[in-house]
Amino acid sequence: MKYVEEFRNPELAKKLIDRIHRRSTRPARLMEFCGGHTVAIFKHGLRQLLPPNIQMLSGPGCPVCVTSSADLDRAIALSQLPNVIITSFGDMIRVPGSYSSLRQARAEGSDIRIVYSAQDALYIASDNPDKSVIFIGIGFETTAPTVAATILQAEQERINNFYVLSLHKLCPPIMKTLLALGEVRLDGIICPGHVSAIIGSRPYQFIPDNYDIACVVSGFEPLDILLCIDMLVNQIETGRHEVEIAYRRGVKPEGNQPALELMGSVFEVSEADWRGIGVVPTSGLMLKKGYRQFDAGANFDINPGPSHEAKGCICGSILRGVSTPLDCKLFHNSCTPEHPVGPCMVSSEGSCATYYNYGDTDE
Amino acid sequence: MNDRILLAHGSGGKLSHDLVEDSFVAVLGNPILNTLEDSAVLELSGRLAFTTDSYVVSPIFFPGGDIGKLAVCGTVNDLSMSGATPLYLSLSLIIEEGLLIADLKKIIASIQHTATEAGVKIVTGDTKVVNKGSVDKLFINTSGVGVVPLGIDISAANARPGDKIIVSGTLGDHGIAVLSQREGLEFNVPVPSDCAPLNRLVAEMLEASTNIHCLRDPTRGGLATTLNEFARRSGAGINLDEGNIPVKKAVASACELLGFDPLYVANEGKLVAIVAPEDADKVLTKMKQNRYGREAAIIGEVVKEHPQRVVVKTRLGASRIIGMLVDELLPRIC
Repeated sequence: MKYVEEFRNPELAKKLIDRIHRRSTRPARLMEFCGGHTVAIFKHGLRQLLPPNIQMLSGPGCPVCVTSSADLDRAIALSQLPNVIITSFGDMIRVPGSYSSLRQARAEGSDIRIVYSAQDALYIASDNPDKSVIFIGIGFETTAPTVAATILQAEQERINNFYVLSLHKLCPPIMKTLLALGEVRLDGIICPGHVSAIIGSRPYQFIPDNYDIACVVSGFEPLDILLCIDMLVNQIETGRHEVEIAYRRGVKPEGNQPALELMGSVFEVSEADWRGIGVVPTSGLMLKKGYRQFDAGANFDINPGPSHEAKGCICGSILRGVSTPLDCKLFHNSCTPEHPVGPCMVSSEGSCATYYNYGDTDE
Repeated sequence: MNDRILLAHGSGGKLSHDLVEDSFVAVLGNPILNTLEDSAVLELSGRLAFTTDSYVVSPIFFPGGDIGKLAVCGTVNDLSMSGATPLYLSLSLIIEEGLLIADLKKIIASIQHTATEAGVKIVTGDTKVVNKGSVDKLFINTSGVGVVPLGIDISAANARPGDKIIVSGTLGDHGIAVLSQREGLEFNVPVPSDCAPLNRLVAEMLEASTNIHCLRDPTRGGLATTLNEFARRSGAGINLDEGNIPVKKAVASACELLGFDPLYVANEGKLVAIVAPEDADKVLTKMKQNRYGREAAIIGEVVKEHPQRVVVKTRLGASRIIGMLVDELLPRIC
């Protein structure tokens, strides 16, 4: 993978950093929406290299983190049904729901397996025809097309014991919700790279139009992010607000049409429950009527009981960009990656885990 | 012809006896083991090092090794890291009924091959066979004893400001090699496990310098966890230079793909040494002459600043803290 080293070149990075320092004069608050960006920024120590007038905030773009306790409780309840195999991405296993976690349920006897894709889950289903195999479908527009493709494959191959609990979420609607709440003042947004590879850059146009905020789509390597910040600074300093792309090798303005069509053929837009934000209309994806046979939500009878979020946990306000992990009383005390209280401490892309694992040396 | 292990192979009767004689003693035999007494009687003098470890890796065969090789290397390396010369090992097998006898024989041959390379003897052992599903194919425990030569004082607590940190080669090879074989996770990575006995490398290092302060093989938890143990135990700080840490390109790519950091991925044939600055180059040169130290590199130093913390300087010139591994990356890699 040559791309990794090329986009980490220290000399080129230094040139970009110097240019950002030269150009940037005004205070600027930039939010990286995506958890992948948060990790990259910390892992490479980018915050320390920026001028002090640039403030970086983390947004709600970690799919594990934004999964609500109520949805986790549903996943756990499903895992406790007889003859069910739950398949899930690794981080989800450790996220605490209202009363338990999938990891706890596994220790108590539930069959819960970690997979790296929906496809892996489908293989497990075809290998275990006498069990119901449920895939916990989390993720944004990046993941949803792959899940859609898997459902179509299941239909084609007549695999009748494969189900998806669709907890998929959509990126532009939640950005709209956060901006409409008006809790955080932003000058620029580092728009997600992988999501934009699917949806393109056009769906962000409402942000400069309605909120006068600069938007630049970024990749995940240090040079991508530095170039993105440089372009944001350039917009801010010259008083422009536009949607630009600093990730041309991955993102086209119109997005990936076949992937969007695939997604649209299996899923339809629905409301979604976001941790710390609540139920937001048109911000999620559910299976279309024609694919109900694969919908775990429609095919299993569960009663997970009333849900609640952990006392003192401020994951919600961290996800909205209002607080940072350092504002949380539990952070580093009762909430650590070994004993996470909230989801942001669990996910490798969560803000709290990132602050904990890659904490700035001067903090 | 029984081509699979049966419960009867562990019963203590004729089948057990034949298995021990034909498959174990015939291959692993030496004057101490051949007596088949209830315990091995050893002539030893001086300070003894004694260690034990269990091996449950899945799959039992992986690129660059198998559970048998791992069981010898792991215990030999644990002894070596205290500066001991490893001498004798015990070998305990817990076998799931149904294991292919051919696979068992391959593993025993691999144990013998590795023990010969390391110059250690298997002097006592035990075999149990359990019902299908009670273990996964084969679990192995080895314990080992060795003698620590006079004047050797190696401990995680001995790191001092100014000391240099040396790794013996590329990081993360074992973890990625095993993961690449996992069911549901198969991907083609041209990386064999680094699984290797390091006792001769250590002996050569100790010959080259009497100022080696700490030694450890960064297995589960990887280099990051080992360095944190050094920092905590010694009370000193550790600075690393990211650009000097050797990682194979294929391992780096696999880690990017899976969201791992090579600093946290397990090694089974690497060591990290903390050496007084005046001897660091001498030790490094010596290490590079050994086949298991060819890619050795100085990756950082022990400092007075930020006590008990490990800080890495990134390639871009920023710095970040490296903590301990807090949760399993994926279970059963060793």
